[in-house]
Amino acid sequence: MAYTEEELKKELETKEYEYGFYTDIESETFPNGLNEDIVRAISKKKNEPQWMTDWRLEAFKIWSEMEEPDWANVNYDKPDFQAISYYSAPKKKDKYESLDEVDPELLETFNKLGISIDEQKRLAGVAVDIVMDSVSVATTFKKTLAEKGIIFCSISEAIQDHPELVRKHLGTVVPQKDNFYAALNSAVFSDGSFCYIPKGVRCPMELSTYFRINQAGTGQFERTLVVADEGSYVSYLEGCTAPSRDENQLHAAVVELIALDDAEIKYSTVQNWYPGNAEGKGGVFNFVTKRGLCEKNAKISWTQVETGSAVTWKYPSCVLKGDNSVGEFYSIAVTNNFQQADTGTKMIHLGKNTKSTIISKGISAGKSQNSYRGLVQINSRAENARNFSQCDSLLMGNECGAHTFPYIEAKNKSAQIEHEATTSKIGEDQIFYCNQRGIDTEKAIALIVNGFSKEVLNKLPMEFAVEAQKLLEISLEGSVG
Amino acid sequence: MELKDKLVSSFMAFENQIDVDTTVHDIRSEAIKVFEEKGFPTKKEEAWKYTSLNSLLKNDFSVFPKEEVALDFKDIKKYFIHDIDSYKIVFIDGVYSSYLSETTHEGMDICLLSAALHKDKYRQVIENYFNKVAKTDDSLTSLNTAFSREGAYIYIPKNKAVDKPVQIIHFATGNEAALMLQPRNLIVVEENAHIQIIERHQSLTENPVLTNSVTEIFADKRAVVDYYKIQNDEQNASLIDNTYISQERESNASVHTFSFGGNITRNNLNFYQKGERIDSILNGVTILGNKQHVDHYTLVHHAEPNCESHQDYKGIFADKATGVFNGKIIVDKKAQKTNAFQQNNNILIDDKASINTKPQLEIFADDVKCSHGCTIGQLDEDALFYLRTRGIPEKEGRALLMYAFANNVLESVKIPEVKSRINKLIAKKLGVNLGFDL
Repeated sequence: MAYTEEELKKELETKEYEYGFYTDIESETFPNGLNEDIVRAISKKKNEPQWMTDWRLEAFKIWSEMEEPDWANVNYDKPDFQAISYYSAPKKKDKYESLDEVDPELLETFNKLGISIDEQKRLAGVAVDIVMDSVSVATTFKKTLAEKGIIFCSISEAIQDHPELVRKHLGTVVPQKDNFYAALNSAVFSDGSFCYIPKGVRCPMELSTYFRINQAGTGQFERTLVVADEGSYVSYLEGCTAPSRDENQLHAAVVELIALDDAEIKYSTVQNWYPGNAEGKGGVFNFVTKRGLCEKNAKISWTQVETGSAVTWKYPSCVLKGDNSVGEFYSIAVTNNFQQADTGTKMIHLGKNTKSTIISKGISAGKSQNSYRGLVQINSRAENARNFSQCDSLLMGNECGAHTFPYIEAKNKSAQIEHEATTSKIGEDQIFYCNQRGIDTEKAIALIVNGFSKEVLNKLPMEFAVEAQKLLEISLEGSVG
Repeated sequence: MELKDKLVSSFMAFENQIDVDTTVHDIRSEAIKVFEEKGFPTKKEEAWKYTSLNSLLKNDFSVFPKEEVALDFKDIKKYFIHDIDSYKIVFIDGVYSSYLSETTHEGMDICLLSAALHKDKYRQVIENYFNKVAKTDDSLTSLNTAFSREGAYIYIPKNKAVDKPVQIIHFATGNEAALMLQPRNLIVVEENAHIQIIERHQSLTENPVLTNSVTEIFADKRAVVDYYKIQNDEQNASLIDNTYISQERESNASVHTFSFGGNITRNNLNFYQKGERIDSILNGVTILGNKQHVDHYTLVHHAEPNCESHQDYKGIFADKATGVFNGKIIVDKKAQKTNAFQQNNNILIDDKASINTKPQLEIFADDVKCSHGCTIGQLDEDALFYLRTRGIPEKEGRALLMYAFANNVLESVKIPEVKSRINKLIAKKLGVNLGFDL
C-alpha cells in the first residue's frame, strides 16, 4: 500500500510507545525531597566510606547554590526537585549466580524489551550489567572479564572493592561544580557502572548496560566511570528504555571516560526513554553530562542514537588533552510529536596534532524541535589541530523545527576547521524516482532516511545497530523499513 | 562619570537644544529609557559573548562636539571614491559640511536627516518610516535613537533609478580629545527604484573615536538597494554599526562590508523579509592585523515563502587580530521554499590571531534548502610552492592566494571604481603591489 505523507504523519502520531509497561517489583523508596540528610542517607544506605559521603555533601552544597540553566533551546516545566524521591532500589537485591534465581517477573520485563539476558549471552557474547532503578541486579560474564584483570561492576561495588581507583578518577573529568545537573548527580547518584581496563588489555567483548526507570516518580541518577589504562581498548554500550508514565521523570546522569596514553574507548548509546504521548504529555527529562578525557595518542568515540525522552539536553564531549589524541562524535537524534532535543558535542583541543570529527544527523517530525549545539575550541597551544563537522537536518512535516548552534573558536593559526550544515526535507523528486522504479512511498522514505543516517548507524557495534534500527522504526514508524 | 550616566544626563540638554515635532520626541524619550534600563551590552549577553566594549567605555567621550572644523578637500580626497561622479553627504565631527557635500532635491531627496525631521513636507515619511524597523529593545540602537539628530536622509520615489552612487562619509578630526558620534541614516527606496550607496567612517587623528551608527533601509516592491560599507579606520577608532533592512516583495538588497581596520568594529546587520520572492545578499571581506577586532553579527529573517538569502564572509586575520562571525538565519513556518545559504571562511596567519564563529540556523519550515558552511584554515602550501616554481616570490604568492580567497566577494561588487579601490586597499593591507586589478 502506498502511503501519503499525511497518512504517515497520522500513523506516527498515534503510534503507542511499545515499551511502555510497568513491572510490579516491590521497591524500597526514600521519602520525596532533597536535603543534606537525604544525601547522607543515600550514602549510608550504600555503606559508603567517609570520603565518598563528604564528596557527595560537597556536591550538594555546590548544587544548592546553583541555578537551573535555561540557555538551551527547549521549553519545559522545571522539575520540582523537592518532589522527587532520590533513591529507589528493587527489594530483592540478592546477587544471582544463574538466571534461574532471578525474579521471573524481572526476566519477563527483559523479554518484553527483547534484551533477554540469555539471548544476549548466546547471541552476542555481551556482558550485560543491568541497572534497573539504580541498583544493578545482574552481572554476567564477570568471571571471563576478571581473568583479563578487567573490572566491570556497579559503581557502588567499585566504591567498596576498588576505592583507590574510584577516588583517583571520580570527578576528574566532570567535577561536581561543572553544571547544575552534574552537581545534583554528584550529590545523589544512586548507582551506575564502573569499568577499568588494565594496561595493554583489549577488552574481548562489548560491555553493555541497560538502564530503565521503573518506579513511578523516582529520578534516575546514574554515574558511569570508564577508565582505560595505557594502551587498552574497550567498547562500551549503553541502552535505555523506560516504561510509559504520565508525569515527567527526571534523568540526570553523568558519564566520565578516561582514556590514558594510547588507549581507546568507544562509547555507544541508544536512548529510548519514554517520549511522552502524542499530546506531549509525560515523558522523561534527559539532562545528561557526558565527557571524556584523552591523554597522549588516545581516542574516544561517542556514538549516540537519541530517539526518546520528552526533553533531551546532552552534549557528549571530548577533552583532547594529550598530543595526537582523537575525538569522534556520531549522532542521530530523532524527535517526533512534542519532543525537544538540544544535543551536540564539545571538542576541546588542547594537545598538538589533535583531531576531531563530528557527524550529527537530526530528524524532526510532528511538532518537535531538534537542535544541534556544538563547540569546537582550538586552544593556542594546539598546533595542527584538525576538525571536521557536519550537521544535517531532515524535516518531516511543517510543524517541526530544526536548529543549529555551532560555536567555533580558533586560537591557533595552524588549525584546520570545517563545518558544514544543511537542512532539507525528503525531496519529492527522490520519492518520485523510487516510485517510478516500483518502490512504494513508504519504502522510499525508509530508504532515504536510512541513507541519511547510515554514516552514524555504521559506527554502532553490530549487536547495537539492530536495536538502533528498531528504535528508529518506533520513532518514525511507517517511514523506516 | 561613567559614559552611560553621562549620556543619560546629557539627554535633557540635548532635547532642549533641538525643537522637533512630538512624534520623534516621544520616540527619543522612550529610547533613552530603554538604554537607561539596559546599559551598554556586556560579555554576559549571548550576542556579545566574544566582543567586550569595556576598554572603549573607559574613554571620556564628549557627546556634543564643541566647534565646527573645516577640512580642505585635497587633504581628504583620498577617502572618497573620487574618480566617479557621485552625490555626497559629508559630516565632520557629526556636523554636516555643506562645502564638501553634493545633495539634491530634484525628483528625489538626498539630503540630511536634521532637515527631514524639521520640515513639514517630510513629516509623512518620518512618521511612516522613522524607527520602524530598528530594534526598539536593543540598547545601542536605542541609544542612537535617543540622540538621533543628524545623518543621511534619502528618499527615492517610485520608478526612479538614481543616476550616480551616493557617498556618505563621516570624518572625525580629533578636535576633541575623545569623541562619540551617533549618526542616524534613513533610506527609503520606493517601488521599482534603484540606488547605490557607499558609506565610510574615517578618523583623521590618533584620538579615540566611538561611532554608534544606525541605518534604516526600506526597500519597497522590486526596489534594488546596493550598499557598500568601507571600514578602514585608524587604530583608535571604533565603530558599532547597526543596519536594519526591511524588504518588500521582489526587492533585492545587498550589503557588502569591507573591514580592513579600526580598533573594535561591530557590524549588526539585520535583514527582515516581508514579502515573497525577495533576494538578500550579505557579503564581507575582513582583513585585519595589529590588535584589531571585528565582529559580524548578521540576522536574516525569512517570513514569507519563495525567498532567498546569500551570505558569504571571508576573513584573514594576522598579528593579534580577532574576528567574530555570528550569522543567524531564521526561517518561519510560513516561509516555505526558502533558499538560505551562509558561508564563512577564515584564514589565520599568526599564532596570536583568533577567530570565533557561530553560524546559526533556526528553521521552522520543512520545504526549505538551508545550508551553512564554515572553515578555518591556512593557505595551501602546495599552491604556494607552485607559484614559487613559476617565479612568483613568496610574499606576492601569498597575497595572490589571499586575493583568490576573497575573490568571490569582490566579484559581486557592482561599481567598478569601488572594486578597484577595494583591491588597492587589500594590496596595501597585504603590503604588495600586484600591478593588476582582479
